[in-house]
Amino acid sequence: MSTETDTQTEKQSRFGGLDGYRIALYTVLGLLVLFFLTPIESGLVTSLKTATAVTNTEPYLPPLSGAEFSLENYATAFDALANGVFNSLLFAIPATVVSALFGSFAAYGLTLVDWKYQVPILVLFVAGVFIPYQAVLVPLSRLYSIIDFAALLSFVWALTPLSPEYANLVELAVTHIAYGIPICTVLFRSYYTTMSEEMMEAARLDGASVRRIYRRIVFPLSTPMFAVVLIYQFTQIWNDLLFALVIVATSSSPASPVTLDLAGLGVSMQGQDFGLRMAGAFIAALPTLLVYIAFGDEFAEGVAT
Amino acid sequence: MKEFFERVRRATSGRSADRGAGADGSDPEESDGPAESGAAVTDGGVATGSDRGGTTGDDPGALRRAFDRIDDRLGRDFVESSPFWLPAFLLMGFFVYGAIGWNVLISLTDYRGFGTVDYSQLDFDMYVRAFQSSAVQQAAINTFVLLLGFTIVCLIFGMLLAILLDRRVRYDNSLRLIYLLPMSLSFVVTAQFWLWMYDYSNGIVNQVLGLVGLGPYNFIGNPQLVLGAVIFALVWQYSGYAMVVYLSALRAIPDEHFEAAKVDGASVVRMYWRVIVPQLRSATISAAVVIMVFALKAFDFLYSLVGGYRPPNGADILATLMVREAYQNTNWAYGSAIAVILFMMALAVIGPYLVYQYRNDAL
Repeated sequence: MSTETDTQTEKQSRFGGLDGYRIALYTVLGLLVLFFLTPIESGLVTSLKTATAVTNTEPYLPPLSGAEFSLENYATAFDALANGVFNSLLFAIPATVVSALFGSFAAYGLTLVDWKYQVPILVLFVAGVFIPYQAVLVPLSRLYSIIDFAALLSFVWALTPLSPEYANLVELAVTHIAYGIPICTVLFRSYYTTMSEEMMEAARLDGASVRRIYRRIVFPLSTPMFAVVLIYQFTQIWNDLLFALVIVATSSSPASPVTLDLAGLGVSMQGQDFGLRMAGAFIAALPTLLVYIAFGDEFAEGVAT
Repeated sequence: MKEFFERVRRATSGRSADRGAGADGSDPEESDGPAESGAAVTDGGVATGSDRGGTTGDDPGALRRAFDRIDDRLGRDFVESSPFWLPAFLLMGFFVYGAIGWNVLISLTDYRGFGTVDYSQLDFDMYVRAFQSSAVQQAAINTFVLLLGFTIVCLIFGMLLAILLDRRVRYDNSLRLIYLLPMSLSFVVTAQFWLWMYDYSNGIVNQVLGLVGLGPYNFIGNPQLVLGAVIFALVWQYSGYAMVVYLSALRAIPDEHFEAAKVDGASVVRMYWRVIVPQLRSATISAAVVIMVFALKAFDFLYSLVGGYRPPNGADILATLMVREAYQNTNWAYGSAIAVILFMMALAVIGPYLVYQYRNDAL
């Protein structure tokens, strides 16, 4: 430890710092890790306990004996949520991809090309990131009662085992694409502004069309940003409850997404079955947790821009 | 850069070799002055215009001239680049701005129950009713408290986290990811966690408070405490965001600023307070706006806490009230009016921010 501190002295010159001081620093950082992980840890151990163990043991201790341990919560929660997980994947993945593509297109057309009034148009996109969705809910409900996706897509219900309620998922996907465009555009734009303008200019002088420049230069260079946007957007869409609640309305619908099912899981059970709730929470959080563990840095980058 | 240039050149020459060669030959002269490069650009515009005219089968000359005139007015790439941004803009514009306008219109009607909207009689009845309702007033106060309390605590806590992480600690990247982890979770999920944390008899929060002889408290059931408890949970979930923003701002501050303060013999706390924190102003502004937007989305959290439209007593905010009025009581017009009030509150924050960003050329 001390040799490592020696090699770091050079780097630490910005702050100086005593050893006792650094011990305190690491203690604080460690306590903060506890603060951020305790709710998750407590949920995890609780999800693995029997109903009696949940009330009789300490909430932060894992099940210590075989009598306290049970996977039944997960079995029950999985039965209740498996369909929701499937539904969520069904609309979240296409909506993520399409909104990222739209965002990339729009950011390109508003950043790396040459025409007037790009910035006023961009302001409208940026403002779209910040609107409270409550302000569009009633029109959204009206819109989807006027445009009947269930009837428009009747051939889908005829050809697949999906029931007409799945039209709600089409509506959800369209909604998430539309409201995801602003943030995707902003994320891509922040990336495109760092691209070299001379490069575009040179390509233009060579007679390459706007579309060709996008396909040959901008799109291939966007790969790292696509990773960021896809991860961020998937997390957002998967985690959403409000639109699901307004469009699908009830967790008893066969097309209800997982967040709606999870919010309803607490209601249908009498009393507070915390073991089951925690197991349900982990099943619902699993895709985003996996994405976060695998691509945490990209997520952090998406968040920071 | 050279490489891409070559790649584009090859791609272009593949399409029309003679034009590519011509452009090659005239390149050096044309890139000298702005007037000449303008001429070259018009040439490019002509080529695409005729391409497009050919595929549609219309009179190519007229179409091309029309496009050229639009390009003259709005900039050379306007027509060519519109397929990129226009569809996204129309979709977004319809769902965001069209829907907001529609919402305002609905809020002026008396639309309720099931059936269609009657737009023939427009008045401000719903707003009068909303402003006189004690539920709306209380919800507005709660929204305000939540917005302000959550944002301020989140910013301060996030700044402290960032300063700690910026002090050249080891594993700072892993620590950063741990502090940011809750943000990747859904409000629906974190609401379950915190319901358990706040549990009266088994919750960890009451156990920790018990160590110092306090409690137990019924955090969710007590109208005095519930809003604070919700803010605390939201801070847990989103302070990582403020941390990330501050961290990148801190890392952009040159080392000399730290050293100068050290030479002056300032204490660490004084150095940060006098030298570093003032430089975090623009980071604070952008983080604050985004955090307020998160606060506006607290609906998901409150809904999941109880699994229903009625949040715990004392935690009713405009967002939950609006959804409850519209979707539980089917008072659509009334809900729309509350939504407009909420939107105005958001606009009061976001409008100045956008103007500020626009003036600083930071969009």
